[in-house]
Amino acid sequence: MKGYMKGKSKKAKGKKPDQSVAVSLFAFCLLPFAFCLPPMNSVLAIANVTVKELYRRKDFYVLFVLSALIILVAGAANFFNDDKIVRYLKELCLLLIWISALVIAVTTAARQIPAEREQRTIFPLLAKPVTRGQVIAGKFLGCWLATGLALVMFYVFLAVVSGSREHAWPLLNYFQAAWLQWMFLGVVIAMAVLGSIVFAAPSSNSTILLIVVVGILLLGGHLNQVALEQAEPMRSVTYTIYFLIPHLEWFDVRDLVVHDQGLIAWWAVAAASAYALIYTVFFLFAAWVAFRRKALNT
Amino acid sequence: MDAIVKIENLRAEYGGAVPKVALQGLNLTVNAGEVFGFLGPNGAGKTTTMNVLLGFVNATSGTAQLFGVDVRQPIARQRIGYLPELTYYYKFLTAEEILRFYAKIFGIAKSEIESCIDAVLKLVELDHARKRQIKTYSKGMQQRVGLAQALINNPDLLILDEPTSGLDPIGRMQVRQIILRLKNEGKTVFFSSHELGEVETVCDRVAILAGGELKAEGSVSDLTQKYNAPLEQTFLKIIGYK
Repeated sequence: MKGYMKGKSKKAKGKKPDQSVAVSLFAFCLLPFAFCLPPMNSVLAIANVTVKELYRRKDFYVLFVLSALIILVAGAANFFNDDKIVRYLKELCLLLIWISALVIAVTTAARQIPAEREQRTIFPLLAKPVTRGQVIAGKFLGCWLATGLALVMFYVFLAVVSGSREHAWPLLNYFQAAWLQWMFLGVVIAMAVLGSIVFAAPSSNSTILLIVVVGILLLGGHLNQVALEQAEPMRSVTYTIYFLIPHLEWFDVRDLVVHDQGLIAWWAVAAASAYALIYTVFFLFAAWVAFRRKALNT
Repeated sequence: MDAIVKIENLRAEYGGAVPKVALQGLNLTVNAGEVFGFLGPNGAGKTTTMNVLLGFVNATSGTAQLFGVDVRQPIARQRIGYLPELTYYYKFLTAEEILRFYAKIFGIAKSEIESCIDAVLKLVELDHARKRQIKTYSKGMQQRVGLAQALINNPDLLILDEPTSGLDPIGRMQVRQIILRLKNEGKTVFFSSHELGEVETVCDRVAILAGGELKAEGSVSDLTQKYNAPLEQTFLKIIGYK
């Protein structure tokens, strides 16, 4: 995303941002759901139960309170009278937000279908006029909305803590960062839902997925350079992987927020959202194909 | 009479290198307004038949229809209520919430959802505990939540898998009363049970399965007359127990 910057902070701050673009972005994201309105009743009902489960399980509160405590303690410190301490604070805060949101998303999504099967709640559910595709869509939507709510809480906290220190409120920057992170989590949740059907245990799914996601975040952008240094056929293999994997690192704009680099072009945010949407739909489709063939262990 | 459940030449196998035949050549019809008992020893294929009817398992061959619609179509389940043998519900939800959840899935109008919830909770006598999470319920209460969710859409066909299993005598009596009440309302009830006394009390017709095959079908009185024995003895003779 760094390549799509509108310009440096002062230039960007001088422009009045078009807030209708943000609304359009949100509408764009809901567009796929508009095409399948009749079955949305069931999908929304399943999503609602998934969200309820998350906030009644209290995992989220533990992570939030822990993150908040670390940030508050760090925020209270004033090392070497450094007036740029707020940047370090933001960096720490965003890192914790990324780790917490990723853990919440992966662990929540990975256990949804296995828990339904293990506790056999899938049977009364599928005895209703519900398709397995709607179950997948509902579980995905619930986890995605729940992590979205968690992100809102995390970013509001970040805004309050950093704003109280630097007396600046770059809310649109935070919105873009949160939005892109939410898109990233959409892809991750879809991968976790697929993994929950392929792998037997939620723990193995979570572990494998966390390794894959962290691997993509750290190495995904460098695979093309690695490919250049290799001989055939490994070069082609590495290139193929480079072009096939979802480039999750594109959604990580923490540096731009920390260093006040101004707003990202809205078209770039929309393009990244579309990119995430394509991968999300692909993984959910694969999950549906796998789930409809899966025996329910009756 | 209208056939509510129609099964023709149904065969179901479970996977593996050597597939196990759970059902073969099953033909069955349940008519509107009947209370139909589905009997058989463990492993006879009762649950498999129900699983096929509910779309959990695909039949290897043959057809199964509910209300004239192939059971593989989700819409075939729009007018049915299903009570599993054991209670499998989201324990972090309250009775009210779980009923609201299922009501939404059935597409019940928002304006009607609350009155539907009130009615079924009163019917199963859980009105006082409607706001408590299901994890705090006793086994009997959980079974009654199960019954409530099976009735939330005012179904025309009720499929009950051993509905009185694990219930105390009062719970059994209540379930029996509810089945009879539904019968009087003209609903069709299809239920499996090991409780032959209960079957004798409420069923218009029964089918007896053994080894995945239909061994006998008819009214309880016809079968007991034919085998000249009380229902328990008749049952044992039919399944070939010596």
